[in-house]
Amino acid sequence: MAKQTTKKPASKTTKKAQSGSTATASRRPDWAKRDAKTAKSIQGLTSSIVKSAMSGDEPTVEVPTRSPANTNWDEDAGILRMGEAKQQRQLFNLGQARKFMQTLLHGQGINELIDAGKTLSLRGMYYKGLHTIQGTQTKARGSGEKTFDDQTESDGILEDIEVSLGSLREELNIYAKKRGSMVGNITIIDSGDEIDCRRMGSGGYSIPSIVEPDIIQFKKCDAKFVLHVEKDTVWGRFNEDKFWQKHNCILTEGSGQPTRGVRRLLHRFNKELGLPIYCLLDCDPWGHYIYSVIKQGSISLAFESERLAIPDAKFMGIRAKDYERCSLSDDVQIALNDRDIKRAKQIMDYPWFAENAQWKREIKKMLSNGFKMEVESLITKDISYVTETYVPERLEAEDWLE
Amino acid sequence: MAKKTTKNAGKKANAETMAAKQREISVSEFFAKNRHLLGFDNPRKALLTTVKEAVDNALDACEEAGILPDIEVRIEELTAPASANKSGKYRVTITDNGPGIVRKQIENIFGKLLYGSKFHRLKMSRGQQGIGISAAGMYGLMTTGRPMVITTRPNAKKPAHHLELAMDTSKNKPEVTVDIETDDLLLTSSGTGTRVAIELEAKYVRGKTSVEAYLEQTAIANPHAEIVFIPPDKANEDPGLEDASEESPERERGAGAGEIPEPTDTAPDGIPRTTEHADRIVYPRAVDENPPETSEIKPHPYGVELGSFLRMLKNTPEKQLAGFFKNEFCRVPPAVIKEVTAAASGKDKTITGQTYVSTINHAAAEKIYRALQDAKLRSPPTDCLAPIGVRTMLAGLLKGVKAEFYAASTRSPSVYRGNPFQIEAAIAFGGDLPADQPARVIRFANRVPLLYQQSACSAFKSVTETAWKNYGMSQPRGSAPVGPIVVMIHMASVWVPFTSESKEAIADYDEIRKEMRLALQECGRKLGTYIRRRQRMKREGQKRDVFERYIGEIAKACQAIVGADAEALYESLMRQAKRRTEIADAVLDEDGKIIGFADGNGRLDGDDGVIILDGNGNGNGGGNGNPAPSASTKEPGAPATGQEESNAKVARDSKKSVPVSNNGVVESKPTRKKKIVKKKVLKKVKRKRSPETAGAGLFEGGDK
Repeated sequence: MAKQTTKKPASKTTKKAQSGSTATASRRPDWAKRDAKTAKSIQGLTSSIVKSAMSGDEPTVEVPTRSPANTNWDEDAGILRMGEAKQQRQLFNLGQARKFMQTLLHGQGINELIDAGKTLSLRGMYYKGLHTIQGTQTKARGSGEKTFDDQTESDGILEDIEVSLGSLREELNIYAKKRGSMVGNITIIDSGDEIDCRRMGSGGYSIPSIVEPDIIQFKKCDAKFVLHVEKDTVWGRFNEDKFWQKHNCILTEGSGQPTRGVRRLLHRFNKELGLPIYCLLDCDPWGHYIYSVIKQGSISLAFESERLAIPDAKFMGIRAKDYERCSLSDDVQIALNDRDIKRAKQIMDYPWFAENAQWKREIKKMLSNGFKMEVESLITKDISYVTETYVPERLEAEDWLE
Repeated sequence: MAKKTTKNAGKKANAETMAAKQREISVSEFFAKNRHLLGFDNPRKALLTTVKEAVDNALDACEEAGILPDIEVRIEELTAPASANKSGKYRVTITDNGPGIVRKQIENIFGKLLYGSKFHRLKMSRGQQGIGISAAGMYGLMTTGRPMVITTRPNAKKPAHHLELAMDTSKNKPEVTVDIETDDLLLTSSGTGTRVAIELEAKYVRGKTSVEAYLEQTAIANPHAEIVFIPPDKANEDPGLEDASEESPERERGAGAGEIPEPTDTAPDGIPRTTEHADRIVYPRAVDENPPETSEIKPHPYGVELGSFLRMLKNTPEKQLAGFFKNEFCRVPPAVIKEVTAAASGKDKTITGQTYVSTINHAAAEKIYRALQDAKLRSPPTDCLAPIGVRTMLAGLLKGVKAEFYAASTRSPSVYRGNPFQIEAAIAFGGDLPADQPARVIRFANRVPLLYQQSACSAFKSVTETAWKNYGMSQPRGSAPVGPIVVMIHMASVWVPFTSESKEAIADYDEIRKEMRLALQECGRKLGTYIRRRQRMKREGQKRDVFERYIGEIAKACQAIVGADAEALYESLMRQAKRRTEIADAVLDEDGKIIGFADGNGRLDGDDGVIILDGNGNGNGGGNGNPAPSASTKEPGAPATGQEESNAKVARDSKKSVPVSNNGVVESKPTRKKKIVKKKVLKKVKRKRSPETAGAGLFEGGDK
């Protein structure tokens, strides 16, 4: 623990490799600059805490508030942006003392990562910061108080650090669990390895958490658009039917709410390659919100909207009217429960929905239907109805919501 | 009660034969047959009553003579009880250092029922009816056949009288069987004194209604007395003790110190506490001043019933009505006499102040009585009352009850049925007291503990009526509060209305119950504030724990990130944490206000009291800028010289002063070594008192 702090990122300090840490060999030299900046901001923050502590003032950390109230809808850009509101995280506040301590622990962890030139997963960071707080372990009480109760607690703190430092997660040398797959008419380079996404078999290329240009470069892209589906089951159907071949596109899935890696990759496809993004999601409030996050950004990551949101992403389906349009059977209906209805109304009231007449109609239609539908419901028509009929028809008719 | 008819006395009884059987029944004989009325219902109670009457007499005698009482109570088992539910034979010996009794009065005092100085006057004193000690002697004589042995020395320079006294119950007349002069008696601290020994059939028990409980409570209400108790198990064990007991308790303590290991909790903090030794239990003196002498008052008209009024009218030496009113009653000024006579006589003004008493017939007397009852009279004077006083009560409780918080309050005098009275209450809370049991309620009337008939007593009822929940205590509906608390209630009055002759429960007058409630509420409020504050301190202490835990981690992280000095950082942050949670170290005054902080060396344990009062720092203030006149006894207009405090002089010397704060709250934390002196401006408790007691007190305070 008593290590010397140094600003040289790749110092010779030997750190035990944590589970999930990646090799540093392929890292490019321009990381050094980025890491130096991150380390500097962590050290700056710490120094100010030490300074106020030594002068008898209450140490505080300013954390921008991540809440709906502090999220602004930028209509012109079509994205959500984080507001100016900041929260003082105080040490001498019973509700905040623990978080304050955790913030510093993770600050220390990140500092070490940068020093060692390694990266850790969110879970790895949780274990990195995890230990029993000194002095709380007594014979009477058994095990003492842990620095983190679970990973959720740790993840929240890391997001706080991102916002407070204004550094992205990847700049903190932290990545999330992989989730989401890709296949399609594109060749990319991932950490120096060339990946031909046309030859990914049935499993597809799994989208990493960090997809920044220094990790992933686009080598050759023939695709004309991207079809993003909600779940890997649907994605599997499309892949098996070689939809991407027939329609010359890239096929991605996010296993529910897409991770930042998936969103960032879609964003790059859209901005760098100019590919339109079509989303095929469930007809329920959660599907609607997935689309909203892809399009405008999320509330909790509003500070990253600019590099994640895709304002011209399109919602292809499935639509509330598809029940009639595709003459689906009653069996596909899943009744809306109270929570669904509440959530739907909440979504409808978000300013970026409230001003969108099309979308209001869509949600109202779903509410008046009284049921939701999953993409899989189209399978009742035919196994490949969705890949051979539904999507091609929509594309043909340019029938989508924006 | 004097009539007896015999059914089988010949064929028919006539007035003559009946008259032959009608005779006077002596009071003694009557009580011999109705001994339960005096508290001799069973052997257990007989023992208690005997001790009680003797101790009450001894205390009264000492106080009247201005002697600080040293009393020794010894109970010896002569014949052990044959079985658990049978009685045995005991000898009770009570020795005091009082003024002694002159030879010619001995028989009257100890041998006659209803003989005494207390019955015919309205004056606050322990005994009221004057039947006590002689009844005990009579009980002993009846059950063992052994006379009462009295040794008394009224003159320090002369030998003592030694009398053995039997009593002729049929004639209410004492019989002296032995009458000698002796040097046997006692070298008491005063040189004078009395020893009474009674052998009786009795049963010695422990518990709530035991002799020990009685003495313990007596010691609490009479901290000016030093009481030594030698119970049978201790008295019979050590034969060598006989000599020691002949000495005054003072000396005895000194002499015994070598052999008997002193209990460790005696007085590390300078607080005299009840201690149990191998051969005796000592209830030490906690205040060095007798209660003030009370004056006698004349009856107030409101407290006199028609029958008594007629008797007074008949017996008065006064010739005229005006003189009768003036000298037989209090609070009947000439203007009232005029008003009353006018109202009683109607238009023709047949009755005036000049009317001869002898000319007033029954009807007229009744009219006068009614008019008198309707007249608006001032309340009786209250200087006849001597409450124990806030300070003294606290000293008593501190001695007898191990707790962490003490509060007391003395109400202003009030009146029921023309009798002035004054209610006092005190509570002890926390510490070693059992937390899961109902409150222990100890009741006193004129400083005498009441042990029986608790639920019939208005003092107990007032405890159950008080809403203790408001003060942070739990309280089942209609019961006393549950928790680590002792509640003390004292009624001082020239005439305490008992529910029975055995003086065990105070009767239920609205005025009395109300005063009791108010006194309890005063204490309760202080307790409530204390409890709340204590909880808050506990919370702050827990908060500090939290900060403390995290500060270590933070310091280490800062060192890792920027190479800060973790130790210095830790120290600095801990200082800040302490400052921010300083309430945890607060020292409270009796109103629960923070008056200071324990010095920051260590934090006080979050769990209990915090309040630290120092014995050395006399606690009397005189003012360090924190005057807090708060609820307690107040008698508006009385001179503010703090005389009451003088009677409650709490310390024998500066080292042994009792940490009693000035207005009714003591908080102690004996386990802490660090102490904080609580200083307050003296709360003035004003009473009109004879000047010689004024100004003597350690606690005499600054002016307000």
